[in-house]
Amino acid sequence: MAIKERMSGNEAVSFAIRQVNPDVMPAFPITPSTEIPQMVSTYISNGEIDTEFIPVESEHSSMSAAIGAEAAGARTLTATSSAGLALMWEELLLAASNRLPLVMTLVNRTLSGPININCDHSDGMGARDTGWIQIYAENNQEAYDNFIQAYPIAEDARVHLPVMICQDGFITSHAVENIELLEDKPVKDFVGEYEPEEYLLNPGKPIAVGPYSVSNYAMEAKKNQEEALENSKEVILEVAKKFAEISGREYGLFEEYKTADADYIMLIMGSAAGTAKEAVDHLRSKGKKVGILKLRVFRPFPAEEIAQALKGCKAVAIMDRCESYNGNGGPLGSEVTQGLYRSKVMIEAVNYIYGLAGRDFTVNEVYDIFAELEDIVVNGKKVEQHKYIGLR
Amino acid sequence: MSDYSLKTMMNKPERLAPGHRMCAGCGATIAVRAVLRALHEGDRAVIGNATGCLEVSSFMYPYTAWEDSYIHNAFENAGATLSGVETAYKALKKRGKIPEDETFKFITFGGDGGTYDIGFQSLSGAMERGHDMVYVCYDNGAYMNTGIQRSSATPMYADTTTTPVGKKSNGKMQNRKDLASIIADHDVPYVAQTTFTPDFKDIHMKAEKAIYTEGACFLNVMTPCPRGWRYDTADIMKICKLAVETCYWPLFEVDHGKWTLTYEPKKKLPIEDFLRAQGRFKHLFKKGNEDLIEQFQAEVDRRWEELQYKCAR
Repeated sequence: MAIKERMSGNEAVSFAIRQVNPDVMPAFPITPSTEIPQMVSTYISNGEIDTEFIPVESEHSSMSAAIGAEAAGARTLTATSSAGLALMWEELLLAASNRLPLVMTLVNRTLSGPININCDHSDGMGARDTGWIQIYAENNQEAYDNFIQAYPIAEDARVHLPVMICQDGFITSHAVENIELLEDKPVKDFVGEYEPEEYLLNPGKPIAVGPYSVSNYAMEAKKNQEEALENSKEVILEVAKKFAEISGREYGLFEEYKTADADYIMLIMGSAAGTAKEAVDHLRSKGKKVGILKLRVFRPFPAEEIAQALKGCKAVAIMDRCESYNGNGGPLGSEVTQGLYRSKVMIEAVNYIYGLAGRDFTVNEVYDIFAELEDIVVNGKKVEQHKYIGLR
Repeated sequence: MSDYSLKTMMNKPERLAPGHRMCAGCGATIAVRAVLRALHEGDRAVIGNATGCLEVSSFMYPYTAWEDSYIHNAFENAGATLSGVETAYKALKKRGKIPEDETFKFITFGGDGGTYDIGFQSLSGAMERGHDMVYVCYDNGAYMNTGIQRSSATPMYADTTTTPVGKKSNGKMQNRKDLASIIADHDVPYVAQTTFTPDFKDIHMKAEKAIYTEGACFLNVMTPCPRGWRYDTADIMKICKLAVETCYWPLFEVDHGKWTLTYEPKKKLPIEDFLRAQGRFKHLFKKGNEDLIEQFQAEVDRRWEELQYKCAR
């Protein structure tokens, strides 16, 4: 039986953690993810779960301890945001290259500077090439559902990679919305027991983790890791299918909202997709053929699937809640257009940067963007390929 | 420990196999073998290791010299990494995933660079949280793996590649950090400073105490490096003896807050005896540099007196 509740995103993810009851959780406080270790600590203090919490002295140590715990054979978790993720960066690479299926719940917040505590995706995007699977949520429900799917994806023998479950800071993490929770038992059965094949604490079967590797071997290790990330796409879909059986909620690599006959599509990720859908409903009522492609799985990047989903439309607005300072666009802007080119889908594509450091993203801006796409296609208007929206 | 015999100890199975690529005469591997000999037979261990000579030379894929489970993560986080392993042990034991009769001990090794400097925060955190582990610093007084750069463990006036002796330089300008005292101030149950003595009893006794005392314990082991210190490889035991007899490297322990000298030289030798044996201090013996040796001696004396005071309390 589904449980109807009202919760913030942080509460929802903490509730999922309570249901999974991982073995070990090292964490360090940082806004806006701090509530998660606080809530988990409270569950532990009240005896609701028996996870071992490590109150580390920094995020670097948080990820270091997580790597130690996971390599030792424990199902491990951590939480962070922004500068915390940036401080972990070196260790993110090690978690992935050591093929450790640990899970991080990331509450997206901008990176300094200037220092600012509000949402954008620059933290997650900064870690986009670290080898982690990254799954983004639109709202508290998705953050909860994605977390429950995280361990089955990470621990699959075809994957063995760490997973980052992302939700937008404050907008999702702190806003209280309706949610449907699952009972404890189906969640526990779905996630199952962690049974690693090789681990440090396996009596009589010692292993060594983290070798020096000369050039004769290191390149193959990197290629194997890349293949695992590619394999994970199929596993993510399998896990989503099984999850639909217990929850009734279906997930793919991305969600297509009113795109079937759409001439103009907005590709967007995270909470702003909700705003965009609202605007699309309004535009549809006025007869505009518009739709939303909401990206859920950013790593592995479903370039070809996106290109196929976009090939029927005339123009796409690629929305980045992050500036990559490459002088050429945001991360989604670069990767989506590359995917379009490889699949020979030659549609108009404009890369908009929006919502940095918590700047509001409004339905009016969505109207403006769709109007601009139409102007490009219908009137041949020349538009910068990389532009900001919502600047004062 | 009254029945300690080096011969008996040397007959225990080695837990660091030969075939690793460390230099001949390296102090680090001698320290590792000495510490691991203190593990009781039947007890398992997970060994941690900060990046450094020891790691890159003992675990080069696809070979490992370690008989026990072993984890290297990065340079600056051996303390945090092993704290994760130790916590996993608690969690898995509690949940019945490790048989009750299986005992694991947790020992991590880091050089002075990975311990005094870049790994200092991670070490401090692990010690403060009180994980049931032993952190062993193999202190050879410089970043040897990258080619003899100064660390905060490097003694004053040492010639290193980032404090090279030249017309305007007499080597490193600062005194070394007293890490054993700093860790003792974390109020951990056991801290000791040691090096190699002819019977290896001092390091054995301290390692055994550290491994079998519950909580976070710390060993600071002086491990001479023939390359960085510039002495003849065969002279390692002589160098260690001079370090101890000059009181440059006193042997002591801090057991639940009680400071004890575990060896007191009958006659404290002048520091020149220790310095003269090493190429890194050669410039101190040039004419006109007598005052530098005097300053070095004054610092050794000051620290020795302070240590005696702590031990007499």
